[in-house]
Amino acid sequence: MKPLLFTNVRLIDPKSGLDKLGCLLVKEGKIAAVDLPETEKPPEECELIDGQGAVLCPGLVDMRVTVGEPGYEYRETIATAAEASAAGGITTMAILPNSKPAIDNPALVTLLKAKGEETHSVNILPYGALSVGCEGKEMAEIGLLHEAGAIAFTDGNKALENTRLMMLIMAYARGYNCLVVQHPEDPSLARNGSATRGELATKLGLPSIPAAAEAIMIARDLRLAELTGCRLHFGHISTAEGLELIRQAKAKGLPISCDTAPVYFDLNEEAIGDFRTYAKLSPPLRSEEDRQAVCQALADGTIDAIASDHLPRDVDDKRLPFAEAAAGGTGLVTLLSVTLLRVKEGNLSLSDALSLLTYRPAALLDQHFGTLNIGADADLCLFDPDQTWLVEAGKLPGRAQNTPFDNRELPGIVLGTWKSGRRVYTRQSS
Amino acid sequence: MDNPFGQHFLGIEGLSPHHIESLLDRADNYALLNRSRKTPRTLLRERTLITLFFENSTRTRTSFELAGKRLGADVINMSVSTSSVSKGETLLDTAYTLNAMRADLLVIRHAHSGAPALLAQKVDASVINAGDGMHEHPTQALLDALTIRRHYGKLSGLTVAICGDILHSRVARSNILLLNTMGCNVRVIGPPTLLPLTITKMGATPYYSMDEGIKGVDVIMMLRMQKERMQAGLVPSSREYFRFFGLDRRRLNLAKSGALVMHPGPLNRGVEIDSNVADDPVQSVIQEQVEMGVAVRMAVLEKFSQIKAQP
Repeated sequence: MKPLLFTNVRLIDPKSGLDKLGCLLVKEGKIAAVDLPETEKPPEECELIDGQGAVLCPGLVDMRVTVGEPGYEYRETIATAAEASAAGGITTMAILPNSKPAIDNPALVTLLKAKGEETHSVNILPYGALSVGCEGKEMAEIGLLHEAGAIAFTDGNKALENTRLMMLIMAYARGYNCLVVQHPEDPSLARNGSATRGELATKLGLPSIPAAAEAIMIARDLRLAELTGCRLHFGHISTAEGLELIRQAKAKGLPISCDTAPVYFDLNEEAIGDFRTYAKLSPPLRSEEDRQAVCQALADGTIDAIASDHLPRDVDDKRLPFAEAAAGGTGLVTLLSVTLLRVKEGNLSLSDALSLLTYRPAALLDQHFGTLNIGADADLCLFDPDQTWLVEAGKLPGRAQNTPFDNRELPGIVLGTWKSGRRVYTRQSS
Repeated sequence: MDNPFGQHFLGIEGLSPHHIESLLDRADNYALLNRSRKTPRTLLRERTLITLFFENSTRTRTSFELAGKRLGADVINMSVSTSSVSKGETLLDTAYTLNAMRADLLVIRHAHSGAPALLAQKVDASVINAGDGMHEHPTQALLDALTIRRHYGKLSGLTVAICGDILHSRVARSNILLLNTMGCNVRVIGPPTLLPLTITKMGATPYYSMDEGIKGVDVIMMLRMQKERMQAGLVPSSREYFRFFGLDRRRLNLAKSGALVMHPGPLNRGVEIDSNVADDPVQSVIQEQVEMGVAVRMAVLEKFSQIKAQP
């Protein structure tokens, strides 16, 4: 592989605090030098990429992705998700285990990792199931899954409801120092609900879920974390009340973290408009106050990561009456752009925004990805933060097209993505 | 009462190092006599020993029965399943009945912690605890100590790892108490669901990793992993348990060279212990533990029966 030299790029490495115009040299798939002195000549026979001032940052790390494989390949496969992730500047994604079969067997962890390697464009980090079949009834083989390479444990988009079982699993997981990830929603309050409780759900006549369903589950699990000493992470936080509990727990020094998804800081319940099923999500889109609280928590550090919460759905999963339609939206391609909206609005600095998309989620999963360290894999994303593009469902990379951001003009165009120094995405000029 | 040990033997708790040494010395002597078949068959003549097992345990009951018979006691085994207990009689009613029959020694095994203590308050006989719930199993701890002492010549200064289901184990509790009293360093190893951290207050250092906990120890005590624990969701599967907490050759090699392998039985081969290790002719002392069990129980019956102390 020829050395690769990026010149005239704005290097941003949130981990080291680097943010300056310069160049970056890649050799043998690894980052060889950052910011070559002007006097040093580039190595001969290298591939030159003139960034024209665009941002070069670590490839994004997405800690919450559903792919559909195994079991739901008609929605998305690892290969099609890898097309979308490359287009979104993502080079590492953690895959939720509630597939069919669920990732509750060490052999499946090995299989997913191998499938990820076959893509050559994205690191696949498999989550292991918390409970057998993600059914919330019996503890999964956490030790063996961990040994096979499961990076953390969750039942995906299902909360573990049984308090005793959750306590035992957290205690047990602590023995291997594993991270447990909870979908923070009391299932008994969320059952059959399809929108957040409030004026709009009432007007539309939709079965609803109170925002408190999130806080109730979080409050319980924070107590369990205190009791067991287990590291606990809450996925896709969406309410002010939930965030406040997490803020307090962090202040107490508990080993707690959380992420949110772009939909929860960019959209509110109004997006479901006239029963738009592409905006039916789990947890449901919340009130404007909740959305603002999420923005605030991004800024004050309560939220540790932004994840796409990519959940592929087939057209027929969505072409149903709102209450019957499947929840979930795609997010790989729009992850960076919607996050950049927060930067445009002055809510986050560009470097802080990128930290939530790179080394911070990686660190939560005990991974070294998401930095521009010398010697690190050259997983890179080159993007123009100012140019805008139009999201058009049906024309997005990857198989699933159920984006909640259809028809939105978003900032931030990914110009290229590199995985271990190999180019895996090139923007087609329109 | 002139018996320095008191009337009942309910647990290791409260025994002084001196008491323990004297029981072990006595048992050591009985071990010799057992091998030469020269036990004092008149020592407990005219004494009645009743074993009262509310929980099934063939080996412990047999061990006590042999111990009693080798000292000349009349031994009656009360089988709970065929007794009035199964007809609804309470523990205390049973006690009063046996008391009226003038039993001298009652050996009791019960599923609930504290049952022997309750019995002891109500009867004239000496109550010997043969295992109560998750509380104590004092004769097991003594036989373990005797086995260790016969190999190392001492107890103090040794490092002993107890591995497995610490939470539910009376064997672990009695051993922690005894080994601490005798100056051993005690480690406990198990998954957090089976290893309450409050155990540190009893004087044991907890380890969630067996590879770590077993490093450099002189003695490894394996505990039986009951299937019920898996069904109760405390451990996901027996294969996972064996992978992380089973004693195999590789793990045994992490301990001090020549470390003793012990197990209170019955063994779950392939769950907590590999046959290859359990049957090791040098390091495994599992059979010797059973032998010492009879000797220790003879010493206990002697010391706690109200006969004049033997010289």
